[in-house]
Amino acid sequence: MLDRHEFLEKRGLVLTVAILITVAIGGIVEIAPLFYLESTIEKVKGVRPYTPLELAGRNIYVREGCYVCHSQMVRPLRDEVERYGHYSLAAESMYDHPFQWGSKRSGPDLARVGGKYSDSWQRQHLIDPRSVVPESIMPPYKFLDEKPLDYSLVENWLKANRAVGVPYTDEMVENAGADLAAQVDPFSENYDAFMARYPGALVRDFDGDPRRITEMDAIIAYLQVLGTMVDFSTYEPEENYR
Amino acid sequence: MNTGLPATQPNQNGADIALIGAFLAVGLLMAIFIAARAVDPLMEVHALMFAAAFAAGGFALGSVIYGGRGASSDVYEFDVVKAGVIASVFWGIAGFLVGVIIAAQLAFPNIFYFDNLGWTNFGRLRPLHTSAVIFAFGGNVLIATSFYVVQRTSRGRLWGGLAPWFVFWGYNLFIVIAATGYLMGVTQSKEYAEPEWYADLWLTIVWVVYLLVFLGTLLKRKEPHIYVANWFYLAFIVTIAMLHIVNNLSMPVSLTGVKSYSLFAGVQDALTQWWYGHNAVGFFLTAGFLAIMYYFIPKRAERPVYSYRLSIIHFWALIFIYIWAGPHHLHYTALPEWAQTLGMTFSIMLWMPSWGGMINGLMTLSGAWDKLRTDPVIRMMVVSVAFYGMSTFEGPLMSIRAVNSLSHYTDWTIGHVHSGALGWVGYISFGALYCLVPWLWKRKELYSKQLVEWHFWISTIGILLYITSMWVSGIMQGLMWRAYNDFGFLEFSFVETVEAMHPYYIIRMLGGLMFLAGAFIMAYNLWRTAKGDIRAKEYVPSQAAAVPAE
Repeated sequence: MLDRHEFLEKRGLVLTVAILITVAIGGIVEIAPLFYLESTIEKVKGVRPYTPLELAGRNIYVREGCYVCHSQMVRPLRDEVERYGHYSLAAESMYDHPFQWGSKRSGPDLARVGGKYSDSWQRQHLIDPRSVVPESIMPPYKFLDEKPLDYSLVENWLKANRAVGVPYTDEMVENAGADLAAQVDPFSENYDAFMARYPGALVRDFDGDPRRITEMDAIIAYLQVLGTMVDFSTYEPEENYR
Repeated sequence: MNTGLPATQPNQNGADIALIGAFLAVGLLMAIFIAARAVDPLMEVHALMFAAAFAAGGFALGSVIYGGRGASSDVYEFDVVKAGVIASVFWGIAGFLVGVIIAAQLAFPNIFYFDNLGWTNFGRLRPLHTSAVIFAFGGNVLIATSFYVVQRTSRGRLWGGLAPWFVFWGYNLFIVIAATGYLMGVTQSKEYAEPEWYADLWLTIVWVVYLLVFLGTLLKRKEPHIYVANWFYLAFIVTIAMLHIVNNLSMPVSLTGVKSYSLFAGVQDALTQWWYGHNAVGFFLTAGFLAIMYYFIPKRAERPVYSYRLSIIHFWALIFIYIWAGPHHLHYTALPEWAQTLGMTFSIMLWMPSWGGMINGLMTLSGAWDKLRTDPVIRMMVVSVAFYGMSTFEGPLMSIRAVNSLSHYTDWTIGHVHSGALGWVGYISFGALYCLVPWLWKRKELYSKQLVEWHFWISTIGILLYITSMWVSGIMQGLMWRAYNDFGFLEFSFVETVEAMHPYYIIRMLGGLMFLAGAFIMAYNLWRTAKGDIRAKEYVPSQAAAVPAE
């Protein structure tokens, strides 16, 4: 049979097509089913699209390359569940374009970091990591505290996310800028409307400076929501066994 | 060297000039328009860089038209290969240097981080390092060697007139856009596919032209058979095109802005990414460099490839099985278990074709093993294949779910990658460069074999320091994470495991520094070789010293 390989060796285009078919099979069998098998992502209550401020924070998380050192995927192993909390569910990253599971833990997993530390700890830690964790090898992010958040494109962020499948409503898109500002001001007029659009969202001044909205506000808002959307006191894993 | 204005055959009909000229003109207009309408300053910078590059391309083209095409009577187009060799050495040193810097950051965070230089933080430099070594260094080596090998084994000039130059400059423009983007914070955060949508589109154009040039050269070959190295190059080009396009599908926030959101989310995105990511290893860093092995080792050893049949099995088994292995990056995650198991199974199966290829490469030395002693270049390539064998054994081992539960997220993975990257990819590339420079610049031999010896030994010790320190630090951290004390509580806090890795991070940095030093020695040696110098005081190992065993 190997003698017949001559056929391919003498025909460049046929060889090219044969290569393409050979390398396409694995991906088709493994990836394509994930888009239609319902069991890929179990239905879980509580997972909602990010608020505009959280999304802005996520953009910064992506921009700074946080994923190169921090995973967002707690594996169902005893020590990980004890260290970080409930193992991560597929549904918890269903609105993550792209996913932030990461591949390396030079720092700890962040899938459930939301609510673990206070806003002021997060701020201090981001400004100067070694001032609160002396052995830390994390870079300093003081500039986030000084840089005003540029959210001139916030409506377009939501629209682009909607185009790839995140269920942002027209109302959410129209009010994106107002909602972003409302999340750092508990006394704003927009409070009720914002809470109705994003149930359970945290509203407060995250960076401790109510005079302006900084990138620090956004990144802390994002960190504080990580892993908190699903209420695990009512979550029944048995329902999702497959 | 030639400044980028190649001498082409006089009988060309000029279609290539017209096409490239029209393309540059349209590109220039688009770039200026986007720069003027940019919604963010980053896009403005990048659009202006594109515009400058297109304008420079236009000037280069103009001087070809008015200067007339050089009446080169060469059968081959080797100037573009020379340019690729120079770019490879430059990007190699740049990439290794950034690697040493980020290793130093992890070892000494108090010294190498700066409050007011946020763009030098690890998160921005790490993609710069990975892209510089994989795509800038590796990519230029692959483009240069493939252009060389396909011409030699087809006995014909590169197809497409000026198109190979478009591929070379276009690809390096992509590198510059990607690299400056990382520093400015332009990234889509998919590992080894960080460049944003517009850079991806640009690379797609360049890559299609690359495929056309390669395939065009193959189709008008004067040899009846397509040589085995070209199968591997072809598989590399075709598969990378497929992976690149699918994994980078995304929705731009604005057509005049840098930001985009990936088409896929969560678990689907994760598998698409690691299907891409693992096969960037499989097809960029393996298939492409196996092509180098299949051409340069037989050539340098002056022996035929060990087994033709083994090459056929090696090739088809490798490319078929590799594609399936991606899910082993997602063990114990929210990816469905059936997909994880498939990935693990195929990863273990991958061991066999990998070692088939290693045996084919090593056994090519049959009857020429004595050259290991006398020719440090061939030794470098043989050690490269040995590293290939080692890391393709380690890989399947780490893909086993139980092993992966320990190794994943730790430095063990980093060590594994570097045994492949420094040992296999680095050494086979250095070997190819040491071969190519004398051939291309028409020199009898290298400036100095002794400097190759120095390069070989300094970098080999560097690699060993690197991978052994990462094994220890990775396995140690993995074990510390899961350690329990007598009361059933976790023994160590996370930061205690970070603290414990400090000495190994210093050793790793030193290993990287040695590897970088070796690359500098190579650059000097190659430069003097190209100049035509021969080192006067060269120690020549005495031939008489070899005594046959009794």
